[in-house]
Amino acid sequence: MKKQILKHKLVPDHAILSKTEANKVVKQLNVHQEQLPKIKADDPVVKEIGAKSGDVLKITRKSHTAGKFVIYRLVL
Amino acid sequence: MQGILKKISQINFGLLSPENIRKMSVTKIVTPDTYDEDGYPIEAGLMDPRLGVIDPGLRCRSCGSKGGDCQGHFGHINLARPVIHVGFADTIHKILRSTCSNCGRVLLTESEIAEYKEKIGTKHQNEESINDIVKEIYTVARRDKCPHCDEDKEEIKIDKPVSIVEGNYKLTSSEVRERLEKVNEDDYILMGINPDVAKPEWMVLTVLPVPPVTVRPSITLETGERSEDDLTHKLVDILRINQRLKENMEAGAPQLIVEDLWELLQYHVTTYFDNEASGVPPARHRSGRPLKTLAQRLKGKEGRFRSNLSGKRVNFSARTVISPDPNISINEVGVPEMIAKEVTVPVYVTDWNMEDMKEHIENGPEIHPGANYVIRPDERKIRVYDETKESILEKLEPGYVVERHLMDGDIVLFNRQPSLHRMSMMAHEVKVLPYKTFRLNLCVCPPYNADFDGDEMNMHVFQTEESRAEAKSLMRVQEHILSPRFGGPIIGGIHDHISGAYLLTREGSEFEEDYVYQMIKKSNLPFPEPKNKPWTGKEVFSLLLPDDLNMVYRAEICRKCDECLRQECKNDAYVVIEDGQLISGAIDEKAFGAFSGKILDSIVKDYGTDKAREFLDSATKLAISGIMKRGFTTSTADEEIPQEAKERIEELLNMAEKRVEQLIEAYHNDELEALPGRSLRETLEMKIMQVLGESRDKSGEIAESYFGMDNHAVIMALTGARGSMLNLTQIAACVGQQSVRGGRIERGYSKRTLPHFKEGELGAKASGFVHSSYKEGLDPLEFFFHAMGGREGLVDTAIRTAQSGYMQRRLVNALQDLSVQTDGTVRDNRGIIIQSKYGEDGVDPAKSDYGKVADIDRMIEEMRIKSKAK
Ligand SMILES: [Mg+2]
Ligand SMILES: [Zn+2]
Ligand SMILES: [Zn+2]
Ligand SMILES: [Zn+2]
Repeated sequence: MKKQILKHKLVPDHAILSKTEANKVVKQLNVHQEQLPKIKADDPVVKEIGAKSGDVLKITRKSHTAGKFVIYRLVL
Repeated sequence: MQGILKKISQINFGLLSPENIRKMSVTKIVTPDTYDEDGYPIEAGLMDPRLGVIDPGLRCRSCGSKGGDCQGHFGHINLARPVIHVGFADTIHKILRSTCSNCGRVLLTESEIAEYKEKIGTKHQNEESINDIVKEIYTVARRDKCPHCDEDKEEIKIDKPVSIVEGNYKLTSSEVRERLEKVNEDDYILMGINPDVAKPEWMVLTVLPVPPVTVRPSITLETGERSEDDLTHKLVDILRINQRLKENMEAGAPQLIVEDLWELLQYHVTTYFDNEASGVPPARHRSGRPLKTLAQRLKGKEGRFRSNLSGKRVNFSARTVISPDPNISINEVGVPEMIAKEVTVPVYVTDWNMEDMKEHIENGPEIHPGANYVIRPDERKIRVYDETKESILEKLEPGYVVERHLMDGDIVLFNRQPSLHRMSMMAHEVKVLPYKTFRLNLCVCPPYNADFDGDEMNMHVFQTEESRAEAKSLMRVQEHILSPRFGGPIIGGIHDHISGAYLLTREGSEFEEDYVYQMIKKSNLPFPEPKNKPWTGKEVFSLLLPDDLNMVYRAEICRKCDECLRQECKNDAYVVIEDGQLISGAIDEKAFGAFSGKILDSIVKDYGTDKAREFLDSATKLAISGIMKRGFTTSTADEEIPQEAKERIEELLNMAEKRVEQLIEAYHNDELEALPGRSLRETLEMKIMQVLGESRDKSGEIAESYFGMDNHAVIMALTGARGSMLNLTQIAACVGQQSVRGGRIERGYSKRTLPHFKEGELGAKASGFVHSSYKEGLDPLEFFFHAMGGREGLVDTAIRTAQSGYMQRRLVNALQDLSVQTDGTVRDNRGIIIQSKYGEDGVDPAKSDYGKVADIDRMIEEMRIKSKAK
């Protein structure tokens, strides 16, 4: 049986951004795409949602301090 | 000074080939002697002038530059026989173990080789480390037979430090070298060797580079005697043995003698590289001191990296013992005049400070606000002497720099090791004082974790206006009253400040008006209108509070009564401040103590750091005058309890011990019922611990019931000034159970703790229950158990500091380049985002309300009082 890792409570929500969305994020943070935090292409969640190298993921997770926090990661 | 900026794209590590060593060498070294009778260096000796010069008067024979400019040049020694390099012994062993002695191929099948080479190729492309793959290859390539030529493989072991043993035969270094030469070049990469920069046989030395004299300078002692560097001594040894070995070989000496000398040469070369290699007795100086050779120069805390590259000695710094001074502000530091005359501040001479600077120069280096040096616009530094004074004063004009003495009001950096958090280095204002110690206000002891039992601290003087400005706005003590660790004050009243404030403000304390005015004057507070009647302490303390301050909180002395009577609390523990007037409650640690001061916290956050500093400076002085009015002391008399109490405690403890005996008996008779998830033995242990713990607590309660608020030790314990009720009851009533490793004591002799007990005895006394109080005194057995428990505490703290120190070093290393940018992101030095918002909520914990953005409950409560007051 394949485990449904996306439904696990410890796996936060990962979403692939479109090119225009990704560009907007990069511009908003005022960085080059390579300066974003990274995530490996062979990360189980990345494989599960079918993200490709070069994609930017929007990860929404729980935060002790802020309640909810959004982080953007570049797939390596 | 102009720096050259270059980006390092790559660093290649490789081995020096014998050809390379000879090519970079300026001379062959043959003679073990260094100087001739006249004191001139001998040619082809270890001090050969071609190896470079140190004396600035001489020119180098190799490069032509003057001493100081010449960085020195390598020489070389041709070794009579090859010798294994200690640093590579493990690698040599691994390579020989993984290769065939017949055909020189790695012990992998062709398909494995192809597979690994492909893996390594992709790693290279991704610029990733191949370490994991190489490690795997070394484990896979351990076969009994060569897959290429079917040759049997004998087991190869390493006999530390440098002996390679095949089966039972010890390979000579020459044989090791031959085998390494045989290794197929195509297989190098599989063993982690880059064929472009290294060949395995180079790990066995045939020629030894001799470092330049600049690396191992000789020192001339005052007696005129010359003393050589440890490295030179070691090289002399190598040369001597090398020469003897060569002579013996040429003379056709017996094999045994040659081998002995060869072994000795190996020993000297090994200790030349590393004099702490395991399995080798360290080479020693004539005095018996072990020599400091190459590895020792780099390794460890005193090594080149940690002591000269990661950390450096600095100028314009001072260190001395610290002592307290309650009369200076928290922002200040008292600096001994002796130090103020030594460390200086550079001041640019302008038309406006010309006269002032002239006065400094006039005073010279000996009289306090003087000057030590003057720097001319052409950067020449001139010492101020009586003889030079006049000419300096004549020539002084704008553009000169005067290095004047440290003066009142200068900003300096003050530091106490271990510098674990940012409050370990704060900027203080100088106050030049007599005597020889640094003086600091008691309120800044907690952030530095300083006391005055001989602690020393460091002071650094800023040398530029920029650094002074930056320090003044970021590092001043008053900017650090709130700790970023928990968003509350870390600087605040301690010890007598707390007891004093309590004595001042507790219900019923009254002061004559003239004494009140004395206190007010001493605390630098504005004079209020006279009342013409005695003041209550609460009225006096209210003078410190801002007029619009409103707050309610429970003081440290609160006994957590079942039903709080609030303002009617008989302990005076319910503090209410209405519009800056202390209405009820006594002031104690919860008000302005370090770590928990609520009033202080509120003043910093709502009125700013300037107000907070003024408040702390005045509050502590007021508290001290409060304590001085009546005097305050403590002794064991404070822990005295009446005979009746002693009897009650004795009875209680005896009952508990009897109960323990009953439990043990029940256990032996199998009448005990096991708790869920516990064995019978564990159950017994838990029950005994519970009974004894309760009896100790109860005995404490009995003792406490005889302690009143007129008892100074009790005042200190309950207000949070110093000590705890547990401390007091241990002195007065019962010390209680001693523990080792979190349980009752059960180690020592076989089946018992001490020979005074029967085997398997489980009773209270036999397992470390201390029935006596400290004041009564412990009996020898109790004393021994107490020492066992105490020792564990000491060992734990020692281990904890060592571990946390190492962890701190690694964390600092990993985090040192991260910073919060103006856009709120956290980035490293390459601009890579670590967090897109600092702490994910963007809150500076030092400016937060105990970690939260705002404490809504507190704000509502304050508004409630405010509206009620109107
Ligand atoms: Mg100390
Ligand atoms: Zn030179
Ligand atoms: Zn073979
Ligand atoms: Zn109460």
